[in-house]
Amino acid sequence: MIRNVEVLVVGGGPAGLCAAQAAASMGAKVTMLERDYVPGGQLVKQTHKFFGSEKQHAGERGFQIGRMLLDEIQADPNIEILPETTALGCYEDGVITALQGDKHLKFRPERTILATGAAEKFLAFPGNDLPGVYGAGAVQTLMNVAGVKPAQRVLMVGSGNIGLIVSYQLKQAGVEVAGVVEAAPRIGGYLVHAAKIRRAGIPILTGWTVKEAFGKEQVEGAVICQLDDKFQQIPGTEKTIACDAICLAVGLTPLTELCWQAGCEMKYIRELSGHVPVVSDDLETTKAGIYAAGDVTGIEEASSAMVEGKIAGYSAAASLGHSPEEAARLRQEAMEELRQLRSGPTGGKINAGIEKVKQDGGVVHVNLYRYSH
Amino acid sequence: MLISTGIPTEEDLQGVMPPAQRRKLGPVAMAECFQKIPCNPCVAACRQKAITMGNDINECPKIDFDLCTGCGVCLTKCPGLAIFIIDETYGADTALVKLPFEYLPLPQAGQYAMGLNRAGEELGWFKVVQVIKGSARNLTHTICLEVPKELSMEVRNIREGGYRDE
Ligand SMILES: Cc1cc2nc3c(=O)[nH]c(=O)nc-3n(C[C@H](O)[C@H](O)[C@H](O)COP(=O)(O)OP(=O)(O)OC[C@H]3O[C@@H](n4cnc5c(N)ncnc54)[C@H](O)[C@@H]3O)c2cc1C
Ligand code: SF4
Ligand code: SF4
Repeated sequence: MIRNVEVLVVGGGPAGLCAAQAAASMGAKVTMLERDYVPGGQLVKQTHKFFGSEKQHAGERGFQIGRMLLDEIQADPNIEILPETTALGCYEDGVITALQGDKHLKFRPERTILATGAAEKFLAFPGNDLPGVYGAGAVQTLMNVAGVKPAQRVLMVGSGNIGLIVSYQLKQAGVEVAGVVEAAPRIGGYLVHAAKIRRAGIPILTGWTVKEAFGKEQVEGAVICQLDDKFQQIPGTEKTIACDAICLAVGLTPLTELCWQAGCEMKYIRELSGHVPVVSDDLETTKAGIYAAGDVTGIEEASSAMVEGKIAGYSAAASLGHSPEEAARLRQEAMEELRQLRSGPTGGKINAGIEKVKQDGGVVHVNLYRYSH
Repeated sequence: MLISTGIPTEEDLQGVMPPAQRRKLGPVAMAECFQKIPCNPCVAACRQKAITMGNDINECPKIDFDLCTGCGVCLTKCPGLAIFIIDETYGADTALVKLPFEYLPLPQAGQYAMGLNRAGEELGWFKVVQVIKGSARNLTHTICLEVPKELSMEVRNIREGGYRDE
């Protein structure tokens, strides 16, 4: 049986939560699908304080922000949350299929907001299939959600904000961090995060990479080596690091399967960390009625994901005739917030990326504070 | 270089350090925040309006050392844990350094902790004068450490655990 719904939000991270809240606040009836058992997305795992301005709850810790958003939307009678429900398909006629336990659900939404977030990238090197080679997300989930100490001594690969922050969280959990290796000559993440782990005694090695992992049954160590300015390994610079885990924090890429399936026009934009749907100012994709918000439109931050969620939520509600004037005003406010967040110099190198999307009549997704590198 | 090591250089520090004259007058804040990032909770935290940033949230914060009373509120609000309070009037030969701390176990007042510099290197055992616990919501604690005056611009962390009672 197909269920007709007014607004269907896929993904309950910061973008999805804010999209649901915005659309419902204008009077739309919203259904939200979240594959995890609790919505919150990346926020659930983040125990550090967030940046941004007070409007995006800066200074609060990620999990606190997630809880706050969730409390608000759970109290909203216009919003139905379906946890442990994974959207599987998005058909050309707009039907969305999903799996909830062993139940197969079908929805025919009037408007769909895709807020599926991102997936972690992996790195190829000999031994990367040994037990003990983890993605940073898995380490965070073990540590901060399940309360399990993932290892005794970890080598971190990647100095983007994720690599830096997860190193900090490992140290907080009593795990020794042997060091952070970074292939680029510069630290990718925020320097305040870098300084924080450096003064805790964690070395950051720029211009280094992991050459191989070794161990019998599981990781017992890693060989790291220096890179030249063309990112080629320099023979003779190898060093052996004893560790029982290697944590990869080498970037995220937008999780866009549903956009592809729906037939949205997609573009590869390096600055946005992968293929992204071309979107309008309203964050509507090239498929009418399907919107996209948050990391799925380019890897950025929770602060901007929340604001994008609002823009998509207000736009979708307005297009259905719910308080169109009020929605337009609030959408405008959100656009201004986004503009401010994105006005920094980190955006300089990214401007090329926006221009690329713009050439196609799409918009303005600047990926400034990339959580990859 | 800061961008390749995570350790600010002397030059970086000179740009944000309260002048020696001001430090003679009492506690004062120092924000070791050198990169344009979209962040401003420090500005909102200061009731004295001593921290400004212009109109752009991406600017680096600027502290008016004459307005700053060294109260330490900004220290607990900064998500970068980049603000320190320095009081060079604390003792005849000692200064008090207040630093943000988010590790367990916490030391107790009166215990000694291993002081670390910006590279995480050991500087010696220093007395923890006071531990101001962050609220249940904020969770960033403030460690008040008595250090030799000449190390007031060096000590920026303590090692978690292994505290001594002597
Ligand atoms: C270690 C780390 C530190 C960070 N620190 C900061 C910070 O300090 N400040 C900041 O602003 N940002 C930070 N970020 C970035 C921020 O967390 C992300 O940019 C943000 O969470 C993106 O929000 P989103 O809603 O687009 O995606 P996500 O948070 O990834 O949420 C996507 C949700 O969609 C669900 N989902 C995916 N596919 C499906 C499907 N098919 N069906 C149903 N549900 C699905 C997922 O389970 C998930 O809950 C950090 C990220 C990491 C990893
Ligand atoms: S220490 Fe107090 S007065 Fe000084 S800048 Fe911080 S909040 Fe303002
Ligand atoms: S709150 Fe901290 S990290 Fe943010 S701008 Fe102020 S000093 Fe820098």
